[in-house]
Amino acid sequence: MEQILLFAPLAGAVICGFGHRFIGEKAATVTATGLLFLSALLSWITFLGFDGTTETITIFRWIESGALSTDWAIRLDRLTAIMLIVITTVSSLVHLYSFGYMDHDPQWKDGESYKPRFFAYLSFFTFAMLMLVTSDNLVQMFFGWEGVGVASYLLIGFYYRKPSANAAAMKAFIVNRVGDFGFALGIFGLFFLTDSINLSEIFEAAPVLAETQLTFLWGEWNAANLLAVLLFIGAMGKSAQLILHTWLPDAMEGPTPVSALIHAATMVTAGVFLVCRMSPLIEFAPEAAAFITVLGACTAFFAATVGLVQTDIKRVIAYSTCSQLGYMFVAAGVGMYSAAMFHLFTHAFFKAMLFLGAGSVIHAMHHEQDMMNYGGLRKKIPYTFWAMMIGTLAITGVGIPLTHIGFAGFLSKDAIIESAFAGGSMFGFWALVIAAFMTSFYSWRLMFLTFYGKPRGDKHTHDHAHESPMVMLIPLGVLALGAVFSGMLWYNSFFGHADKVGKFYGIPVAEAATKGEVTLGTDSHGGLLHDAEEGDGEDHGAAKEAEHHYVFAGKPGEGALYFAPDNHVLDDAHAAPKWVKVSPFIAMLLGLALSFWFYIVNPSLPKRLAAAHQPLYLFLKNKWYFDELYDAIFVKPALAIGRFFWKRGDGNTIDGFLNGVAMGIVPFFTKLAGRAQSGFIFTYAFWMVLGIAALVTWMTIGGGAH
Amino acid sequence: MIQADLSVILPEIILAVYAMAALLLAVYTGKDKLAAVLVWSTAGLMAALGIWIGTNGGGTQEAFGGMFIDDGFARFAKVAILLSAAAVLLMGLEYMARRNMLRFEFPLLVALSAVGMMMMVSAGDLMALYMGLELQSLALYVIASMRRDSVKSTEAGLKYFVLGALSSGLLLYGASLVYGFAGTTKFAGIIQVAQHGEVSIGLLFGLVFLISGLAFKVSAVPFHMWTPDVYQGAPTPVTAFFASAPKMAAMGLFARVMHDAFGNAIGDWSQVVAVLSLLSMFVGAVAAIGQRDIKRLMAYSSIAHMGYALMGLASGTQMGVEAMLVYMAIYVSMNIGTFAFILMLQKDGQPITSIDALHQYSRREPGKALAMLVLLFSLAGVPPMLGFFGKLYVLRAAYEAGLAWLAIAGVVASVIGAFYYLRIVYYMYFGDEGEDLDRSNSPILWVFLMGSAAVMVFGIINMFGVDSAAAAAAAALVR
Repeated sequence: MEQILLFAPLAGAVICGFGHRFIGEKAATVTATGLLFLSALLSWITFLGFDGTTETITIFRWIESGALSTDWAIRLDRLTAIMLIVITTVSSLVHLYSFGYMDHDPQWKDGESYKPRFFAYLSFFTFAMLMLVTSDNLVQMFFGWEGVGVASYLLIGFYYRKPSANAAAMKAFIVNRVGDFGFALGIFGLFFLTDSINLSEIFEAAPVLAETQLTFLWGEWNAANLLAVLLFIGAMGKSAQLILHTWLPDAMEGPTPVSALIHAATMVTAGVFLVCRMSPLIEFAPEAAAFITVLGACTAFFAATVGLVQTDIKRVIAYSTCSQLGYMFVAAGVGMYSAAMFHLFTHAFFKAMLFLGAGSVIHAMHHEQDMMNYGGLRKKIPYTFWAMMIGTLAITGVGIPLTHIGFAGFLSKDAIIESAFAGGSMFGFWALVIAAFMTSFYSWRLMFLTFYGKPRGDKHTHDHAHESPMVMLIPLGVLALGAVFSGMLWYNSFFGHADKVGKFYGIPVAEAATKGEVTLGTDSHGGLLHDAEEGDGEDHGAAKEAEHHYVFAGKPGEGALYFAPDNHVLDDAHAAPKWVKVSPFIAMLLGLALSFWFYIVNPSLPKRLAAAHQPLYLFLKNKWYFDELYDAIFVKPALAIGRFFWKRGDGNTIDGFLNGVAMGIVPFFTKLAGRAQSGFIFTYAFWMVLGIAALVTWMTIGGGAH
Repeated sequence: MIQADLSVILPEIILAVYAMAALLLAVYTGKDKLAAVLVWSTAGLMAALGIWIGTNGGGTQEAFGGMFIDDGFARFAKVAILLSAAAVLLMGLEYMARRNMLRFEFPLLVALSAVGMMMMVSAGDLMALYMGLELQSLALYVIASMRRDSVKSTEAGLKYFVLGALSSGLLLYGASLVYGFAGTTKFAGIIQVAQHGEVSIGLLFGLVFLISGLAFKVSAVPFHMWTPDVYQGAPTPVTAFFASAPKMAAMGLFARVMHDAFGNAIGDWSQVVAVLSLLSMFVGAVAAIGQRDIKRLMAYSSIAHMGYALMGLASGTQMGVEAMLVYMAIYVSMNIGTFAFILMLQKDGQPITSIDALHQYSRREPGKALAMLVLLFSLAGVPPMLGFFGKLYVLRAAYEAGLAWLAIAGVVASVIGAFYYLRIVYYMYFGDEGEDLDRSNSPILWVFLMGSAAVMVFGIINMFGVDSAAAAAAAALVR
């Protein structure tokens, strides 16, 4: 079953990409979509029927070279299972959605065939992504990692006639190269030290790595820390974290379904997946974990600030994605991998929905993307409006504080913020709370600018705004279900008590031996009953009554995640003070209020404010000038060096030499040879005599004559 | 005793007797009316003999006191000679018949020259060597000037004859020096005398003169000057013949003399051969660029290719001989296809040899143009055609024998040489508007062209076993 699940998208890609000439466009795209729905169905069956124990399914022997020997195999554990449903569900819905969205694309002339190519790329992407998440060794993962990179490149540059799309595709590819370099170095390092690229063997060796020193560049490093950072650099590239984030907003040049699938729900979360997958290593690398936390928090904050002032609807959501990925990394950095996965899971639903909703708006508005030209669309496209509303409620984190009832984002985001606090990263905590405020502001700003107020921009476009077809609305509906319920349904599995989480991930749990060992935050006193149905674990008072309390007791590599024995973030998070738990909700309310005031009550205010704080506004509007900075530091010098080698090195020196030989010297000799061939027999005889005279002379003087 | 000797040279006897008997028969009966029949029967006989030699016989037999050697090396060369001679005979049949130049002597002279060639590659003695060489050469002089009414053809024949006589003189002079200093004309005796480091200056002189005479036959620079004029002047079927079997025979003889007679003084001759090889590769590559006549171009091409074959010989190793044999086998197969193509070029019944006539050829005859493209790529040594592997063999042999400089020079020369092959491809596919050539409908030529091109493509799979046969042949020669 797993094999079918994995290879169905590949079959779809091949059939659709190469076979569409034989079976027709319609049949090809329908086949690809059908195979993906099959894959999604099997994924859900796998996920729901999965009992948590790690399985390895070998497909074939792959590499056999010296000490390196590895299979092509599936490592099926809870992490994989989560990723499977995320990928295949979103992917199949996006396939379906694309039937509507890609129909009559104005980028292509009538009669041009582009749809099979699009669907083939999407299916190929899905296959590569599945390879990435199911791999049981790092090289296979790298294969998937690069495969999704290629698919992303192809899809960002799908409108290859647009120079900006090509530039964006190249940017994505090149920036990712930087990250991949780190990832590759990490793999080399792990192989160098553990003599294996197999995940389970690396996990077992993690405690040893923590005590190994490794010489790298200029100094000696702790091996675990160094390798974790190198792997994280790979994750930074894929997941668009600060420094390597510049490609993600530009990637919005691709068609909107692509943005939803690749640049929101799946590929960009590969970095988070990688960090969670490598949790046994990260747990032994405290400095690296701290680095991940800080960088994630910075990204969450930075991206949120930029999102405040963007006017392109897709770019707002792109920065929001970037920011939400920062959240996930904070969770992973403080050791709460489960919360990171929780947010990854819920985020996939609501962010894909926001993107598809935005695509629906764009579709309705004839490919207009500037929110300044929207307004008052609530009545024109009601279904899309409601979908976007649900997505916004989910991403901003609407729910009932201090309970476990709320939209998906409410539960998962609060889980992360509580973890950040419990993990002791006050910087992370405050950065995330402020980012939550800004998230709420820009998300509602998007809603208000798009759906409320008076229509702005081209009147003709507004008059012809129309609701999208059913194939586009059904995916929105399905994703809306996920955005509403996925958090509440799986809260306990991801962020409940250690025993539940442990069961979910297949991590062995042990009963805490003594009360003293259970280090609960003392400030959690105050009789707070966090939750009616399962609040009895986190409170001291309740814990005394409760007869059992569990802690994780797995070894590295046992189960899908590894929590070190001293990792009490889960318990501490549950026991966080009340104000901590409420803070994101308050931030959300403030953001909503401010947004309401800015864009509904007093719509002229933002302009005046921007004018009054011109430098700050421009700073944010220009994304902190990252692109300009990189342009000056990397791109321009690289181009200059390239031009030098091209013009001077290749053009003048090499080509000059070759052209000189080919067009000057060789013809000269050709002429000479032609002249020697006089046609007179005595010339020929003369040459022969000359030749033998030279040979004899040479042999007499220089040869071995005695 | 004599019976055993005769049985060793039975193939040669059969061919020689056939040639003489057929000559008598034709003279007293139909003369030229029998020509076509004789072409078929000669070709058939030679092909049959080739197959017979190829499938029978093993080990090494000597006849006439070691003057004639029948070993694996000789058999390999004979098969190549006989099969290519038969193929070229058939290819020229229609061309000559249409132009009313088919004489009954033609197939018989080819047969006699083939006897000479078989003698050459089996020679175990300087006398036998000279006998075979002259038998071959005399026949070739005559067929070069077979069009007695054509000034060009007679000029070609005369030039070839005069220069050939000069080279024979050089060869004979060398042979007499060798005899004088070694005291024997037998290779087996010479090799005892010519030990490395102890070669007397007289023997060395003799060696150089011998090499010069042989170099003339393989048309190595600077003894190559006759080649372009003769190739251009002789009728095209004759040129095709010149470019195939005699080259194989001369290279075989060259290797035979060098290894059988001077195998203990490799260091002395290998440098001479290396220089000849270097000069041939470069002159062949550079001079061909200026040619507009495809026959003349093929002459320079053959000079360059001989340079590569000599590179294998210059290595002085068993692997070098193997590489040389493989190279020659591939070269001969390529040439047969290429000349089949050239034979098909005609306009209003007149043969065309200018490469300017090939502009836009692919549009008129896509199939033939594609086959020619494959052959030209193979001649230029572009992978994955078989010609590339031939070059690879000799380059590797030279490199492993410590002649890295020669190998590098060979690569450079092949890059230069690629130009004129690719120019023809360019003309055929991207040239200006071309003139209309006649549509040839000769099935024989078509089969040879396509077959040769197919060999160049599919031969890369296992070379049809030629490489292992060449390895066995080389092992028989270099002991």
